[in-house]
Amino acid sequence: MAKRFSCHKISDGKAQSDAIISQDRIMFYQVRPEDGMMEEKNHCLEGRIIAKKILVFPGGKGSSVVQQDGLYHLDRFHNMPAALIVQNPDPVLVAGAIIMEIPMVDRLPAEFYETVKDGDIVAVNADEGYVEILD
Amino acid sequence: MILNDEQKAMLDGKYGEGAAYAMKIQVGIGECFDAPRMVPIKRAHVALSNQAGDLWFAEKLVKAGAKCRVAPTVNPGFCLAHFTGECAHPVDGPSAEHMQRTNDAYRALGAVLSYNCTPYIATNVPNFGEVCAFSESSATPYVNAVWGARSNRESANSALCAAITGCVPEYGLLLDENRKGDILVHVEANMKSDYEYHLLGMMGDKIGEGIPVFTGLPKVITPEALRNLGAQLNTSGAYGMYHIVGFTPEAPTLEAALGGSKPKREVVITDKDLKDFEEKFSDEMHDGKVDFAMFGCPHFTLEEAMYIARHIEGKKLAIPMYILVSSHGRQMADRMGITDILTAAGAEIIPDTCPDQPCWHYLKGKVGITESPKCAYYPRRRGINFVIRDLDTCIEAALTGEVK
Repeated sequence: MAKRFSCHKISDGKAQSDAIISQDRIMFYQVRPEDGMMEEKNHCLEGRIIAKKILVFPGGKGSSVVQQDGLYHLDRFHNMPAALIVQNPDPVLVAGAIIMEIPMVDRLPAEFYETVKDGDIVAVNADEGYVEILD
Repeated sequence: MILNDEQKAMLDGKYGEGAAYAMKIQVGIGECFDAPRMVPIKRAHVALSNQAGDLWFAEKLVKAGAKCRVAPTVNPGFCLAHFTGECAHPVDGPSAEHMQRTNDAYRALGAVLSYNCTPYIATNVPNFGEVCAFSESSATPYVNAVWGARSNRESANSALCAAITGCVPEYGLLLDENRKGDILVHVEANMKSDYEYHLLGMMGDKIGEGIPVFTGLPKVITPEALRNLGAQLNTSGAYGMYHIVGFTPEAPTLEAALGGSKPKREVVITDKDLKDFEEKFSDEMHDGKVDFAMFGCPHFTLEEAMYIARHIEGKKLAIPMYILVSSHGRQMADRMGITDILTAAGAEIIPDTCPDQPCWHYLKGKVGITESPKCAYYPRRRGINFVIRDLDTCIEAALTGEVK
């Protein structure tokens, strides 16, 4: 049975894919556009691919340019994440997601974070305000 | 979110497709943060970046007929006049064309073409309590913390939208209750120059998410030190606001800074934290040698250019030195003879330019020295590496080519 959790919409849309979980904050500028690989030194996702995944992460970081521009470059290679699940949205990240039209949600219950594992199939429906972990 | 008639009309396209698009983005942001309404602004700063995504967005707005209601100042790209023509390493045609298109797009939108990332020091200074829309790492914390103005940590895009619509969603740092500090940062490190504020700002991982309240800082803190602190807080993390007890206007006392509450965490920053960071963050040198020195991320002030001039006057640099400043700073340096002193020693003082731009193509594979971690951080993706040290050590390295 799929487990369903409520969430709050930030950016419209829906997507389903494997989850990739980051304990560290994300700067999309540090992700390689050609394949969606995290290039940032000492980042917990260093060397891993975030393209077309459901990215579960605590928040953004970096200058006021880096999120939208980073996503724009990823988009040119069709390597943006499929959707974003964030704990602490900030305006730079939010503007980036809305402008680049990636579904993004927040305000998931603690139980979601206790349950979700790397590689789980996760469905995000920002429009209807829920996230599901599929079997 | 409740919009007034004018704002509704804008969203519905009465003021053109461009204004409607900008308003739609701002309403989306406002709804994310549960803003009840939009409030007017008279001042904005856009972190123009001349990156592909920046140009794409600016041209999209131009094509949609957008015009700024509030003319925003803008961040640097690179100085076309300097990096084309007689320059020793001119940029290639496509890069020059890209910068020209960025210039043309922002000009069409009605921006102030200031190309400077430190407007809060000279050209675009808000009043205490003034609501405004400032993007740029170092700018948002500066206008909030130092001037006591009220801006959220706008993205380059959302600040441009605000300049177009003339309003911002009311949430976050615009409201009293969200401006109080919640992390108490005891600074035990010796803050002996502006450089230590760069390093303090890079402690974002240790400080954690929230609004830091710094204690233990010296009584006198320069504008350059405050610029450095804000810039690096937003390189190591995401901070729109901080307090310095007994110094910044909303922190006359520790109690005021914390709003009478207990901090959610307390952090101690020592000399060792700063030293460890400097070591860990620097790239490898070849035999203690560096190829060039770069300063001005964020832009150096006239005072800093004068400081360097005093130290290198009458000498010859062993390696190139680039000092990035505002066009205003450059003009003052010209008038005052500072440019002549710097040029004679082999340094270049360059306006309108950022380290993270294609004009530095010829530094690829080289190792530079800088006092700014942010300067080291972003150009890495262009294959340019950096060692970070305090300004005096950097100047000495530029004179000898070696890092002591």
